[in-house]
Parts: sequence; structure tokens; C-alpha cells
Amino acid sequence: MKLTLRIWRQAGPADSGRMVAYEVPDANPDMSFLELLDVLNERLTLEGDDPVTFDHDCREGICGSCGVVINGQAHGPRERTTTCQLHMREFADGDVIDVEPWRSVAFGVVKDLMVDRSGLDRIIRAGGYISANTGSAPEAHATPVPKPIADTAFDNATCIGCGACVAACPNGSAMLFTSAKVTHLNSLPQGAPERADRVLNLVEAMDAEGFGGCTNTGECTVACPKGIPLDSIATLNREYLRASLGRK
Amino acid sequence: MAVTTPTRPAPAPRPARPARSSFAPLNFWRSTIGKKTVMAVTGLLMLAFLIAHMLGNLKIFYGRDDFDHYADWLRTIGEPVLHGAWYLWIQRFVLTLAVVLHAVSAYQLSRRDLKARPAKYAHKQRAKAGYAVHVMRYGGITLALFIIYHILDFTTLTLNRHGVEGAAYDNVVSSFSVWWVTAIYIVAMIFLGLHIQHGFWSAAQTLGLNRPNRDRAVHGIATGLAVLLTVGFLIVPVAVLAGLVD
Repeated sequence: MKLTLRIWRQAGPADSGRMVAYEVPDANPDMSFLELLDVLNERLTLEGDDPVTFDHDCREGICGSCGVVINGQAHGPRERTTTCQLHMREFADGDVIDVEPWRSVAFGVVKDLMVDRSGLDRIIRAGGYISANTGSAPEAHATPVPKPIADTAFDNATCIGCGACVAACPNGSAMLFTSAKVTHLNSLPQGAPERADRVLNLVEAMDAEGFGGCTNTGECTVACPKGIPLDSIATLNREYLRASLGRK
Repeated sequence: MAVTTPTRPAPAPRPARPARSSFAPLNFWRSTIGKKTVMAVTGLLMLAFLIAHMLGNLKIFYGRDDFDHYADWLRTIGEPVLHGAWYLWIQRFVLTLAVVLHAVSAYQLSRRDLKARPAKYAHKQRAKAGYAVHVMRYGGITLALFIIYHILDFTTLTLNRHGVEGAAYDNVVSSFSVWWVTAIYIVAMIFLGLHIQHGFWSAAQTLGLNRPNRDRAVHGIATGLAVLLTVGFLIVPVAVLAGLVD
């Protein structure tokens, strides 16, 4: 396959950045998108050019490190797929593909396609956990959890924190991310003791990072590689109201 | 080789969080979800008023006497418990407060949203959201201007061609007999329908009332209310322009 990549190149946070076109004449349909960037980078390195910087780690779709906007869509055209699991067979020979970093004022571009997503970590730090004594695992039957609630918690726990929701949102809002954490932990009995504090602290941290607000456009849930539903945002809103009204 | 290793920039000093107030409602108002909740509640309050307003308008089809009598009664609701027109002024105050809170929240949230995504993508995004979502802000501004015009037309009668206090029926007919006045109302009511279509569902989402099994129903009610109010409000000006009411 012969492809043309138009990639966002930005030397550093202070650089203004620009789209630069690269030809990749030897793309294979079975390559993942990151492998395509690897092939391009090998060539750029040999030619003495600066390779394209991008984040990646597991390349199995479960770590949340990778993620670029491909043709205007976070993680590219395939639904519920991270960039590393997107293969070039989704594209046609001769395609021109635009590759851009996540765009949000809360995600500064570090270099090229790499952005600083530590804002999401700071949201987690504000309460995206449960406080439990370490030691041997507790007896599983000691805390029964109804199946539908366990399913909801699991569905939301699949969030890998990649930031695609923020990238896709016209307001750069992190509501879907935050709602996945709140829905995951606040649904479960293990999360109950910190239920009210968790949602208040997470939302406060989210707002402090400069993310936009939710206007219920639904763009986030389409981009989410894990299919976190909009219903989680309704749950976050409900939990926030409940905690604000002082109900335990 | 001109290979540079990306280095993480030194962590920028985080914007100082506003100290959490011991007064909970203030924290609520400062948060994005809090402001959105204010928009949801005030929006639903205005929606309830609009349903009553639309149904009341339809009394014009019962004729001049009935309509003028109804318009007069609106000023005396609550009597004799409340003094004459007191209820009217309470309602005016509450609705004005709702409009102001709705608009201030929308303005502050919009400013924040636009600031959060300053850079656009070079490749245009394919939007999932429908037309109604895209015209929320412009539609809201349009409706605010329309409300001012509407009050000058039928409450203060400043712009009304007939403009006789107490002669509600004739005032309505005199305004809507002019084609461009009716045109203004048609445009405004279409924006109203679009605003409600997204706004009602959005309010249910913001108040945490949506559930997966209710989503279709809430969307259905939103579209139903949007059509009902747009058509219900437009029947009167169109009927006047068509000469069915004169």
C-alpha cells in the first residue's frame, strides 16, 4: 500500500507546530497504525530526520498509552479500537491520512503527537481509588455484589484513561473519564465509605485542570475505545447532586 | 543525526484551586456540574411556563370576549388571598430570575468550554451530535433577543400597532397581520423547538434522571414537547395571517 501521512510536527511545547506530509510507499495492510509510524520513523532516522514522537506501551489495546486523532477521529475510524489495534486494512491504497495529537488546553503537546495527560492522573489522585487495608485478599463471599451492579462496575472499570473522550469532545471535557471512575467505584460496596467525598473531590480536580464542561453532545462515547456509555455521565451527575445535597 | 529525545517539560505550576468554601452552595455553583444543574432546573421551569402559555394562547379561537376575559384573569390569579396582580409579579420575578440564571450559567460554561479547546483539528471532525445540539448557543441568544421583542410587543405594547391595554385580542391580531412579524415568530419558535429538543434530554441527563432503559422515552418526550410547543405557538400567528382570526 502506498499512503500519504500528514502528521502534526511540533518540536516542543513552545513551538507553534504544523502539518507535514510524508509518503509511506511500503505500507502493509496487516500493519497496525503504530507499526506504520515505526516504519516511517526508521526511515526518518536513517535519513537523519527527527522521528515522529508518539506515546505507546502495551500495543494490546489495554494500557491507554497510545492515541492520536486520525482523520478527525480519536483512535481512527474503527469503533471501540485503540490506535495500536487499528490496522492499515481499514484504509485504501493511495489514502491521505491526517494524524494529529489530542487537542485540549488541559493536554499540552509535549512533542509531535505526544501530549501531557497527567491531568487525568491528578483526577485519579483526588479520589479514584478505595481505601483498604492491604494483606491477604478478603473472602470473596463476604461482600456480595448483585450481578447487574458488578457488570456496571466492570464496564466502567474498562476505562484505560487514554483521553480519547477529551480529544473528541468539542469542549475538551473529561466528564466521560471522570464518570467512568465514579460509576465504577461508587456502584460497589467497597467504594461506599468514600462515596460522597470521592465524587466531590474528583469533580473539583477535573474542573481545576481546565477541562471544559459537558454539553451532552455524545461525541466522547463514540470515540471511547472501551465503549463507556453516556449513562455513566448521568450517574456522575446523580452522584454529584446526591453528595452536594449532603445525602450519605 | 538530528534526533532529539522528547523531554517532559517541567511540570507547569497548577492553577491554584479556589479554596473550597465552607458554604456548600457556593462550591456547587462554582463547579461545572453545579452550573449545568442550575441550567437544567431553570430550563425545566421555563418549559413548564411555556406549556401553560401555549395552551392559554389557543383560547384566542374562542373569540374576542373569551380571550380578553382570560387575559384579564391572568392579572388576578391568586385573588383574594393575594392582592391584585401580586401573583403576576411573583411569576414575572421568578421567570426573570430563571432566564438570568440560565443565561449567566450558559455564558460562563461556554466561555470555559471555548477556552478548553482553543486548537481545532486540521481534519474536520465527523460530528455525531445532531443539528439541535449545534444551535444551542446561537438558538439561546436568538431566544433571549426574541423574548425582549415579545415583551415589547405584547406586555409593554411599545411596538404593538394596536397597543390598547386590556384589548389583548386586537393587539394579537394587529401584530400578526404583518407578515414579517409572523416571520420573526416562526423563526424564533423553530429555534425554541430545537432548543427544547436537546435541552429537555440534556436536563434529564444533568439531573441524573436518565437510565439506559429510559433513554428512548426521554428522547421521545423531548421531541414530542418540541413539536407540540413549536406547532402550538405557531398556530395563532399563522391563523391570524391566514385571516382565520380577525
